[in-house]
Order: sequence, then structure tokens, then C-alpha cells
Amino acid sequence: MSQKQLLNSSEMTVTLQRLACQLVENHTTFQNSVLIGLQPRGVALAERLVEILKNDYDLTDVEFGKLDITFYRDDFRRSGKVLEANTTEIPFVVDGKRVIFIDDVLYTGRSINSALTALQSFGRPLEVELLCLIDRRFSRHLPIQPDYVGKHVDVINEEKVKVNWSEDNKENSVILIDE
Amino acid sequence: MNKMKELSVNHLLGIKYISEEDIQLIFETADHFKEVINRPIKKVPSLRDVTIANLFFENSTRTRLSFELAEKRLSADVVNFSAASSSVKKGETLVDTVNNILSMKVDLVVMRHPNPGAGIFLSKNVNASIVNAGDGAHEHPTQALLDAFSIREKLGDVAGKKVVIVGDILHSRVALSNIFALQKLGASVKVCGPLTLMPKHIAHLGVEVEPNLDRALAWCDVANMLRVQNERMDNSYFPSTREYVQQYGLNLERLQKLNKEITIMHPGPINRGVEITSDVADSNQAIILNQVENGVAIRMAVLYLLASKIKNYD
Repeated sequence: MSQKQLLNSSEMTVTLQRLACQLVENHTTFQNSVLIGLQPRGVALAERLVEILKNDYDLTDVEFGKLDITFYRDDFRRSGKVLEANTTEIPFVVDGKRVIFIDDVLYTGRSINSALTALQSFGRPLEVELLCLIDRRFSRHLPIQPDYVGKHVDVINEEKVKVNWSEDNKENSVILIDE
Repeated sequence: MNKMKELSVNHLLGIKYISEEDIQLIFETADHFKEVINRPIKKVPSLRDVTIANLFFENSTRTRLSFELAEKRLSADVVNFSAASSSVKKGETLVDTVNNILSMKVDLVVMRHPNPGAGIFLSKNVNASIVNAGDGAHEHPTQALLDAFSIREKLGDVAGKKVVIVGDILHSRVALSNIFALQKLGASVKVCGPLTLMPKHIAHLGVEVEPNLDRALAWCDVANMLRVQNERMDNSYFPSTREYVQQYGLNLERLQKLNKEITIMHPGPINRGVEITSDVADSNQAIILNQVENGVAIRMAVLYLLASKIKNYD
């Protein structure tokens, strides 16, 4: 097993700030926009973006939810393992809102497909955008593309991309693991 | 990655046959389903390729509705069967009936049957996952799970709580399953009722019999009032309903004598004025309707976890 670092902590800080800036560019005051982190790993990214929007742009009441897609997965009973669900918390009405999905790594696009189905249970959003920290290019199984990307990487299928978050953000990293 | 957990069993035949970890896994999964059934759209597509047969060889309203709703909210295909209008009356055996239904490609069977052990027998003879929805006076596992889940929801935890089960323990599958579930979760259990309605060997379950209702209420945190099952009373177990009400009926006066607030449960259907009076059944201390709501979430969790063990795609 070998590892290679794709982003180090300071690079990640810059990337997160750029992503937050791009969000502000498109959503200005977030009056009608909501962030939804996808469980489990998108939530950590979403929380950091909410933090930056609050501290750097004075956007103190950006609405933020968590969406779990376990019960909507298309590989239930196919993958040979049981997946444990996570909490879903959508404390606002989704109807007519501009929703931004947030996930750490975009790979086949199947999770996003399930998330789009899951979101329908909460109403009809005006539009849905996708933000991801890492886009694994050329590996999509479905016609799904991100609107905001931290970094594009070209990775072969056997390799795994892992995003590590530390409590104080000083040891965040993105690594490539070759199993 | 999410943690991978699964049930230790392929069928839910009784609480006796599952572990405390299984119960906790069912509770954690039910927490998520409870959130799902409170959404504007209360349906998830998880079991869209699973077919479930509900076989009810004995009357039921609540349990059948609850299972059917749980199945539909998981997007399963559902077929219903009740013995009254079927070939069972023509002399078909249980295994034949079920195998005929299974040849129509059914993955999971939910069964209620008047004979104790019917689910266990079936699980050994047919190739499908079985959920016991009540077998005679033996077990009713999903009822016990939803009861314990409701206690956990109301009081924070089941461990360390004192629960008294009042009424007809002899004929009650709810009582037996509840005793197993509560003990596995670390609660202490007493039973209360006329001695004629106590099973002979109840002490072997580690359960104390308290014949006096007022003493039982003073001891407990939760009182689970069972229905007087008139249809199972083949003997005179107590002299008259009036006498039963005087000795074992829960009323406001009895509750007000206690210097604490206890939680009141009832598995339904209620005989108002017999085991419980209307003012108690409708009071804030009663969580009877919460039990019904939790029943759907618990059954969704059980079906989801069992279905995840059926491998159709190997």
C-alpha cells in the first residue's frame, strides 16, 4: 500500500477559501440558497464552508442541512455489505430554494444520483448545484458534473482518494492510497 | 466509510433468539426511519426489488396495518393473505400454503399464526426470511421491540428501568417477548395479575410476581397494561370482569396515590374501563399512540435489516 499527498493543509485552506468565494459570487447573500452536506463525509466540508462564509463574508445565517442517502442507494443488497445510516437533518423547507450539494470526492456520480432522489422527499427545489473538493475525472457512470471543484485528479480505479479533516484544520490533507 | 453492521439472524422469530446488539442495531436504524416517516414524502426506495407476503392466519388490525405501511414506505411489493378467505380452510398444510406463495417469488414472509412455534417451523422448511408477527402465546417480537423503543424514547434509556407488566401473562405473547427484550436491555421486570393468569414457571425467567397492583405501581417506572383477552379465556380465570377491574384496572385514583409520575403503555386494542380507564389512557402519562407510531419505524428497521441479508445478486 503506497500513499501520495494530493493536497496539504495550506493548499486545502486556499482551496476552501476559493470555493467559498465562488459560492458568494453566485449566491451573494444566500437569501434563497441552502447548503446540504452529504453524509457522512460531505458534512465536514460543508461545516468548514459555513464557517468561512460566517467569518470572512459576514454571512451568519446561511442555512445548512445534512442529507443521508443510505436508504436511497442503488447498490442495496448488491454490494454484499450492510450500510449503516447516518442522521438526516434538513431544518428548513427545500421548496423553491437554490440547493448546493456538498461532498468531498466525486467519483462515479451514483451517490449524487441517490441524493437527488432523496432530496425529492423534502420538496421541489428551484435548482440544485454540486460542489466537491475532489473531482475524479473520467470515472463517471452517470451524466453528473460538479459546478464548483476544489481540484481535479486523474486516478485509476484501484486507487482511493481520502480526505482527512483535523479538528483545528491544521492537519487537513487529501491523499491518494494505492491498495 | 460507514461502519458495517448486520443482524446475527436471518429471521426474526422471537426476541429470545436475538442478541442485545441486534436490538440496539434495530433501534438505531429505527431512529433514522422515524425521521423518514415524518418527512413530507414518507417513502424510501430501499426495498423496491423485494416482495413481501403478509400471512395472517389469525385476526389482526394494528399489526397488519403497521407491517403493511412499513413495507410500503420501504417501496416493497406487498401481497396480503388472511386465513379466513383462503385454501387453508380446504385443508392445505402450512408448508404447502407458504411454498405456493413463495413460488410466486416472494422474498420475505411476515406471519401471524395461532400455533406457538409456527414461525420457527416455517423457517426450517421454506426458503425465505420469516418475521414472526405473533405465534399463539409464544412471542410477538416486533411489539416488544416497539415497546422497548418507546420506553427508550420517553425515558432516555431502558437499562436500569423498572417495568411492570399487568394482566393476562398466561396467554400473552406480548408479555413473553417484552420480558426477553427488557431483560436483554438491562431493565428489571415484574409481572402483576391474578395468579390464575400467571404461567407456572414464570420465576425461571427471572421475573417476580407481584399480585398487588398498588404495590407494583409504587415500585415501577413504567406500567405496561395488557388487554384482557376474552377470546382466549377458555376457563373462568377470574370471577367477574367487575372484580378484575377492582383489583387490576388502572384508574386515575390509583395513579394519584403515587408520589411520582409513571409511564403508561398498552399494546392495544384497549378495553376501556377494564384494564385501563379512559382518563388514564388519554392522559399525558400514556404513550399508547407513540407506541403505534414507533411500530411503523421499528418494523421498517426490521424489514430493512433482514432484507439486506437476502442476496439476490450473487
